[in-house]
Amino acid sequence: MFVLSEMKDVIRITPEHFHQSLTDSLAALLNRKLANKVVLNVGLCIALCDIIEIGHSYIFPGDGSSHTEVIFRCIVFRPVIEEIIIGKIKNCSREGVHVTLGFFDDILIPVNALQHPSRFDETDQAWVWEYPKEDGEKHDLFMDSGESIRFRVTSETFEESLPSGPPGAECTPVKTVAPYRIIGGINEPGLGLLTWWEAPDQDDGGDNEEEDNED
Amino acid sequence: MEIVNVNAAALCNSEVMEMLQKLKDTTQKKHKREGYLATVIYETLHYLQDTECKNQTAESVEKFLKAMKKFKLTKTEKLMMLNTPPRTELEIQLIVQESEERLSEDDVSNIIDIINKLFPPNKAS
Repeated sequence: MFVLSEMKDVIRITPEHFHQSLTDSLAALLNRKLANKVVLNVGLCIALCDIIEIGHSYIFPGDGSSHTEVIFRCIVFRPVIEEIIIGKIKNCSREGVHVTLGFFDDILIPVNALQHPSRFDETDQAWVWEYPKEDGEKHDLFMDSGESIRFRVTSETFEESLPSGPPGAECTPVKTVAPYRIIGGINEPGLGLLTWWEAPDQDDGGDNEEEDNED
Repeated sequence: MEIVNVNAAALCNSEVMEMLQKLKDTTQKKHKREGYLATVIYETLHYLQDTECKNQTAESVEKFLKAMKKFKLTKTEKLMMLNTPPRTELEIQLIVQESEERLSEDDVSNIIDIINKLFPPNKAS
Protein backbone atom coordinates (compact mmCIF):
# COMPACT_ATOMS: atom_id res chain seq x y z
CA MET A 1 0.00 0.00 0.00
CA PHE A 2 2.81 2.38 0.85
CA VAL A 3 6.17 2.50 -0.91
CA LEU A 4 9.33 4.50 -0.66
CA SER A 5 10.14 6.48 -3.80
CA GLU A 6 13.53 7.88 -4.52
CA MET A 7 13.55 11.32 -6.12
CA LYS A 8 16.00 14.02 -7.05
CA ASP A 9 15.31 17.72 -6.98
CA VAL A 10 16.96 21.09 -6.75
CA ILE A 11 15.70 23.00 -3.74
CA ARG A 12 15.91 26.76 -3.46
CA ILE A 13 16.61 27.94 0.05
CA THR A 14 15.90 31.61 0.64
CA PRO A 15 18.31 33.54 2.88
CA GLU A 16 15.93 33.74 5.83
CA HIS A 17 16.41 30.00 6.32
CA PHE A 18 20.20 30.24 6.43
CA HIS A 19 20.29 30.23 10.23
CA GLN A 20 18.99 26.66 10.22
CA SER A 21 21.15 23.72 9.34
CA LEU A 22 21.04 22.76 5.67
CA THR A 23 19.43 19.39 6.36
CA ASP A 24 16.68 20.92 8.48
CA SER A 25 15.72 23.50 5.92
CA LEU A 26 15.88 20.95 3.10
CA ALA A 27 13.60 18.58 5.03
CA ALA A 28 11.13 21.36 5.81
CA LEU A 29 11.07 22.61 2.22
CA LEU A 30 10.73 19.13 0.74
CA ASN A 31 7.83 18.37 3.06
CA ARG A 32 6.21 21.65 2.16
CA LYS A 33 6.58 20.85 -1.51
CA LEU A 34 5.46 17.22 -1.45
CA ALA A 35 3.26 16.45 1.54
CA ASN A 36 -0.27 15.53 0.48
CA LYS A 37 0.52 16.04 -3.21
CA VAL A 38 0.13 13.61 -6.05
CA VAL A 39 3.21 13.20 -8.20
CA LEU A 40 2.41 12.03 -11.72
CA ASN A 41 2.94 8.27 -12.09
CA VAL A 42 4.36 8.04 -8.60
CA GLY A 43 1.43 8.32 -6.23
CA LEU A 44 0.28 10.40 -3.30
CA CYS A 45 3.25 11.66 -1.32
CA ILE A 46 2.72 11.49 2.41
CA ALA A 47 5.95 12.74 3.92
CA LEU A 48 9.70 12.83 3.52
CA CYS A 49 11.40 9.68 4.79
CA ASP A 50 15.09 10.49 4.58
CA ILE A 51 17.62 12.48 2.62
CA ILE A 52 20.12 10.28 0.85
CA GLU A 53 22.51 12.73 -0.68
CA ILE A 54 23.01 16.46 -0.58
CA GLY A 55 24.90 17.82 -3.56
CA HIS A 56 26.64 21.14 -4.02
CA SER A 57 24.81 24.35 -3.37
CA TYR A 58 24.94 27.08 -6.00
CA ILE A 59 24.24 30.77 -5.90
CA PHE A 60 23.07 32.38 -9.11
CA PRO A 61 23.63 36.00 -10.06
CA GLY A 62 20.77 38.21 -8.94
CA ASP A 63 19.40 35.74 -6.41
CA GLY A 64 20.56 35.51 -2.83
CA SER A 65 19.14 32.03 -2.38
CA SER A 66 21.15 28.87 -2.47
CA HIS A 67 20.13 26.10 -4.84
CA THR A 68 20.92 22.64 -3.60
CA GLU A 69 20.64 19.38 -5.43
CA VAL A 70 19.26 16.71 -3.18
CA ILE A 71 18.38 13.02 -3.51
CA PHE A 72 15.75 11.85 -1.04
CA ARG A 73 13.18 9.20 -0.30
CA CYS A 74 9.55 9.90 0.29
CA ILE A 75 6.72 7.80 1.76
CA VAL A 76 4.22 7.42 -1.05
CA PHE A 77 0.73 5.94 -1.08
CA ARG A 78 0.68 3.73 -4.16
CA PRO A 79 -1.27 0.50 -3.83
CA VAL A 80 -0.20 -2.38 -6.01
CA ILE A 81 -2.72 -3.52 -8.62
CA GLU A 82 -4.56 -6.59 -7.23
CA GLU A 83 -3.91 -5.46 -3.67
CA ILE A 84 -6.64 -5.95 -1.08
CA ILE A 85 -7.41 -2.84 0.97
CA ILE A 86 -9.96 -2.10 3.66
CA GLY A 87 -11.62 1.31 3.48
CA LYS A 88 -14.86 3.00 4.42
CA ILE A 89 -17.81 3.78 2.14
CA LYS A 90 -17.99 7.50 1.53
CA ASN A 91 -21.22 7.47 -0.42
CA CYS A 92 -23.03 5.67 -3.19
CA SER A 93 -24.14 7.11 -6.49
CA ARG A 94 -25.37 5.80 -9.82
CA GLU A 95 -21.72 5.50 -10.88
CA GLY A 96 -20.97 3.03 -8.12
CA VAL A 97 -19.61 3.06 -4.62
CA HIS A 98 -17.16 5.75 -3.52
CA VAL A 99 -14.66 4.62 -0.94
CA THR A 100 -12.41 6.69 1.31
CA LEU A 101 -9.31 5.86 3.31
CA GLY A 102 -9.40 9.14 5.23
CA PHE A 103 -6.30 10.56 3.62
CA PHE A 104 -7.28 9.45 0.12
CA ASP A 105 -10.78 9.75 -1.35
CA ASP A 106 -10.65 9.11 -5.05
CA ILE A 107 -11.54 5.44 -5.03
CA LEU A 108 -14.49 4.22 -7.06
CA ILE A 109 -16.00 0.79 -7.27
CA PRO A 110 -17.91 0.97 -10.55
CA VAL A 111 -21.30 -0.67 -11.06
CA ASN A 112 -19.91 -3.56 -13.09
CA ALA A 113 -17.47 -4.47 -10.30
CA LEU A 114 -20.09 -4.78 -7.55
CA GLN A 115 -21.36 -8.13 -6.32
CA HIS A 116 -23.89 -9.57 -8.73
CA PRO A 117 -26.84 -8.95 -8.71
CA SER A 118 -26.89 -5.45 -7.21
CA ARG A 119 -29.40 -2.64 -7.55
CA PHE A 120 -29.32 1.04 -6.61
CA ASP A 121 -31.87 2.02 -4.00
CA GLU A 122 -33.01 5.57 -4.82
CA THR A 123 -34.68 6.30 -1.48
CA ASP A 124 -31.71 5.22 0.62
CA GLN A 125 -29.13 6.31 -1.95
CA ALA A 126 -27.28 3.08 -1.41
CA TRP A 127 -26.31 0.05 -3.43
CA VAL A 128 -27.92 -3.19 -2.41
CA TRP A 129 -26.58 -6.65 -3.04
CA GLU A 130 -29.53 -8.95 -3.69
CA TYR A 131 -28.08 -12.05 -2.18
CA PRO A 132 -30.03 -15.08 -3.43
CA LYS A 133 -31.32 -17.40 -0.70
CA GLU A 134 -31.78 -21.13 -1.15
CA ASP A 135 -35.56 -20.85 -1.34
CA GLY A 136 -35.31 -18.58 -4.38
CA GLU A 137 -35.94 -15.38 -2.47
CA LYS A 138 -33.51 -12.52 -2.22
CA HIS A 139 -31.81 -11.15 0.83
CA ASP A 140 -31.05 -7.43 0.57
CA LEU A 141 -27.60 -6.44 1.79
CA PHE A 142 -27.31 -2.66 2.01
CA MET A 143 -24.06 -0.78 1.48
CA ASP A 144 -24.47 2.19 3.80
CA SER A 145 -22.02 5.09 4.14
CA GLY A 146 -19.44 4.68 6.84
CA GLU A 147 -19.31 0.89 6.69
CA SER A 148 -15.93 -0.81 6.38
CA ILE A 149 -15.43 -2.38 2.99
CA ARG A 150 -12.78 -4.73 1.65
CA PHE A 151 -11.98 -4.25 -2.02
CA ARG A 152 -9.42 -5.22 -4.61
CA VAL A 153 -7.53 -2.54 -6.51
CA THR A 154 -8.13 -3.23 -10.20
CA SER A 155 -6.66 -0.19 -11.93
CA GLU A 156 -5.30 3.29 -11.40
CA THR A 157 -5.26 6.44 -13.50
CA PHE A 158 -3.08 9.48 -13.26
CA GLU A 159 -4.37 12.70 -14.72
CA GLU A 160 -2.09 15.58 -15.47
CA SER A 161 -3.68 18.74 -14.16
CA LEU A 162 -2.88 21.53 -16.56
CA PRO A 163 -3.01 25.21 -15.79
CA SER A 164 -6.28 26.69 -17.00
CA GLY A 165 -6.21 28.31 -20.42
CA PRO A 166 -6.10 32.02 -21.18
CA PRO A 167 -9.12 34.04 -20.07
CA GLY A 168 -11.71 34.84 -22.69
CA ALA A 169 -11.69 32.82 -25.90
CA GLU A 170 -13.27 29.46 -25.26
CA CYS A 171 -13.88 29.41 -21.56
CA THR A 172 -14.23 25.76 -20.77
CA PRO A 173 -15.85 25.26 -17.40
CA VAL A 174 -13.16 24.65 -14.82
CA LYS A 175 -13.36 21.00 -14.00
CA THR A 176 -11.32 19.75 -11.14
CA VAL A 177 -10.17 16.30 -12.08
CA ALA A 178 -8.71 14.04 -9.46
CA PRO A 179 -5.01 13.69 -10.28
CA TYR A 180 -4.84 10.11 -9.07
CA ARG A 181 -7.79 7.76 -9.06
CA ILE A 182 -8.11 4.17 -8.04
CA ILE A 183 -10.69 1.81 -9.47
CA GLY A 184 -11.61 -1.10 -7.25
CA GLY A 185 -13.76 -4.18 -7.42
CA ILE A 186 -15.72 -6.27 -4.94
CA ASN A 187 -17.08 -8.92 -7.32
CA GLU A 188 -15.37 -11.87 -5.66
CA PRO A 189 -16.37 -13.95 -2.67
CA GLY A 190 -14.87 -12.45 0.47
CA LEU A 191 -14.96 -8.88 -0.82
CA GLY A 192 -17.44 -6.22 0.16
CA LEU A 193 -18.61 -5.13 3.59
CA LEU A 194 -16.67 -6.83 6.37
CA THR A 195 -19.95 -7.76 8.10
CA TRP A 196 -21.02 -9.85 5.10
CA TRP A 197 -18.25 -12.37 5.63
CA GLU A 198 -17.76 -12.41 9.36
CA ALA A 199 -17.16 -15.82 10.85
CA PRO A 200 -20.47 -17.36 11.93
CA ASP A 201 -19.21 -18.17 15.44
CA GLN A 202 -20.04 -14.74 16.87
CA ASP A 203 -23.82 -15.18 17.30
CA ASP A 204 -24.72 -15.05 13.65
CA GLY A 205 -28.32 -15.04 12.57
CA GLY A 206 -28.74 -12.01 14.76
CA ASP A 207 -26.52 -10.28 12.29
CA ASN A 208 -28.90 -10.76 9.39
CA GLU A 209 -31.93 -9.71 11.35
CA GLU A 210 -30.22 -6.52 12.33
CA GLU A 211 -29.79 -5.55 8.73
CA ASP A 212 -33.43 -6.34 8.02
CA ASN A 213 -34.52 -4.00 10.74
CA GLU A 214 -32.56 -1.15 9.32
CA ASP A 215 -34.65 -0.77 6.20
CA MET B 1 12.04 17.13 -10.19
CA GLU B 2 13.34 13.80 -11.27
CA ILE B 3 12.08 10.40 -10.23
CA VAL B 4 15.01 8.08 -9.58
CA ASN B 5 13.09 5.01 -8.49
CA VAL B 6 9.34 4.92 -8.00
CA ASN B 7 9.38 1.77 -5.95
CA ALA B 8 12.61 1.83 -3.99
CA ALA B 9 11.11 -0.25 -1.21
CA ALA B 10 7.72 -1.42 -0.02
CA LEU B 11 6.54 -0.41 3.42
CA CYS B 12 4.09 -2.21 5.62
CA ASN B 13 1.46 -0.22 7.44
CA SER B 14 3.10 -0.55 10.82
CA GLU B 15 6.36 0.89 9.49
CA VAL B 16 4.53 3.86 8.02
CA MET B 17 2.69 4.37 11.26
CA GLU B 18 5.89 4.33 13.27
CA MET B 19 7.59 6.83 10.98
CA LEU B 20 4.64 9.19 10.90
CA GLN B 21 4.24 9.05 14.66
CA LYS B 22 7.88 10.02 15.06
CA LEU B 23 7.52 12.80 12.51
CA LYS B 24 4.40 14.08 14.24
CA ASP B 25 6.19 14.26 17.57
CA THR B 26 9.21 16.09 16.17
CA THR B 27 7.20 18.59 14.14
CA GLN B 28 4.93 19.33 17.06
CA LYS B 29 7.89 20.33 19.15
CA LYS B 30 8.92 22.95 16.65
CA HIS B 31 5.47 24.53 17.08
CA LYS B 32 5.71 25.92 13.57
CA ARG B 33 3.81 23.22 11.75
CA GLU B 34 3.30 22.97 8.05
CA GLY B 35 -0.35 22.88 7.06
CA TYR B 36 -0.36 20.16 4.43
CA LEU B 37 2.07 17.97 6.28
CA ALA B 38 0.10 18.17 9.52
CA THR B 39 -3.14 17.33 7.70
CA VAL B 40 -1.83 14.36 5.82
CA ILE B 41 -0.03 12.96 8.86
CA TYR B 42 -3.15 13.32 10.96
CA GLU B 43 -5.40 11.70 8.38
CA THR B 44 -3.04 8.85 7.60
CA LEU B 45 -2.44 8.08 11.26
CA HIS B 46 -6.18 8.19 11.83
CA TYR B 47 -6.65 5.57 9.13
CA LEU B 48 -3.79 3.40 10.34
CA GLN B 49 -5.00 3.49 13.93
CA ASP B 50 -8.14 1.66 12.87
CA THR B 51 -6.17 -1.09 11.13
CA GLU B 52 -4.49 -4.04 12.75
CA CYS B 53 -1.01 -2.62 12.30
CA LYS B 54 -1.17 -0.67 15.54
CA ASN B 55 -0.54 -3.91 17.43
CA GLN B 56 2.33 -4.97 15.21
CA THR B 57 5.90 -4.40 16.21
CA ALA B 58 9.09 -4.70 14.20
CA GLU B 59 9.77 -7.89 16.14
CA SER B 60 6.46 -9.61 15.44
CA VAL B 61 6.64 -8.60 11.78
CA GLU B 62 10.09 -10.13 11.49
CA LYS B 63 8.93 -13.32 13.19
CA PHE B 64 5.98 -13.47 10.82
CA LEU B 65 8.19 -13.08 7.73
CA LYS B 66 10.49 -15.83 8.96
CA ALA B 67 7.55 -18.14 9.56
CA MET B 68 6.18 -17.42 6.09
CA LYS B 69 9.39 -18.39 4.30
CA LYS B 70 8.44 -22.03 3.82
CA PHE B 71 5.13 -21.25 2.10
CA LYS B 72 6.80 -19.68 -0.97
CA LEU B 73 4.62 -16.59 -1.04
CA THR B 74 5.46 -13.52 -3.06
CA LYS B 75 6.55 -10.31 -1.42
CA THR B 76 3.28 -8.56 -2.19
CA GLU B 77 1.26 -11.42 -0.77
CA LYS B 78 3.19 -11.29 2.48
CA LEU B 79 2.81 -7.53 2.61
CA MET B 80 -0.95 -7.83 2.17
CA MET B 81 -1.07 -10.45 4.92
CA LEU B 82 0.63 -7.97 7.24
CA ASN B 83 -1.66 -5.10 6.32
CA THR B 84 -4.88 -7.08 6.43
CA PRO B 85 -4.11 -10.27 8.37
CA PRO B 86 -6.30 -13.08 7.03
CA ARG B 87 -8.19 -15.06 9.65
CA THR B 88 -10.26 -17.27 7.38
CA GLU B 89 -9.56 -19.52 4.41
CA LEU B 90 -11.57 -17.20 2.22
CA GLU B 91 -9.34 -14.25 3.04
CA ILE B 92 -6.23 -16.27 2.17
CA GLN B 93 -7.79 -17.21 -1.15
CA LEU B 94 -8.28 -13.51 -1.88
CA ILE B 95 -4.70 -12.60 -1.08
CA VAL B 96 -2.85 -15.56 -2.56
CA GLN B 97 -3.29 -16.08 -6.28
CA GLU B 98 -4.19 -19.64 -7.25
CA SER B 99 -4.02 -20.57 -3.61
CA GLU B 100 -5.67 -23.97 -4.18
CA GLU B 101 -2.70 -25.10 -6.24
CA ARG B 102 0.03 -23.45 -4.24
CA LEU B 103 -1.11 -24.12 -0.70
CA SER B 104 -2.44 -27.30 0.83
CA GLU B 105 -5.25 -27.22 3.36
CA ASP B 106 -2.71 -27.77 6.12
CA ASP B 107 -0.65 -24.84 4.88
CA VAL B 108 -3.68 -22.58 5.00
CA SER B 109 -4.62 -23.54 8.54
CA ASN B 110 -0.96 -23.23 9.52
CA ILE B 111 -0.81 -19.66 8.20
CA ILE B 112 -4.00 -18.75 10.05
CA ASP B 113 -2.58 -20.23 13.26
CA ILE B 114 0.65 -18.30 12.92
CA ILE B 115 -1.22 -15.06 12.27
CA ASN B 116 -3.56 -15.58 15.21
CA LYS B 117 -0.58 -16.28 17.44
CA LEU B 118 1.61 -13.36 16.34
CA PHE B 119 -1.13 -10.81 15.77
CA PRO B 120 -3.96 -11.68 18.14
CA PRO B 121 -7.25 -10.33 16.80
CA ASN B 122 -8.77 -7.25 18.36
CA LYS B 123 -11.42 -8.31 20.80
CA ALA B 124 -12.83 -4.84 21.00
CA SER B 125 -13.90 -4.53 17.38
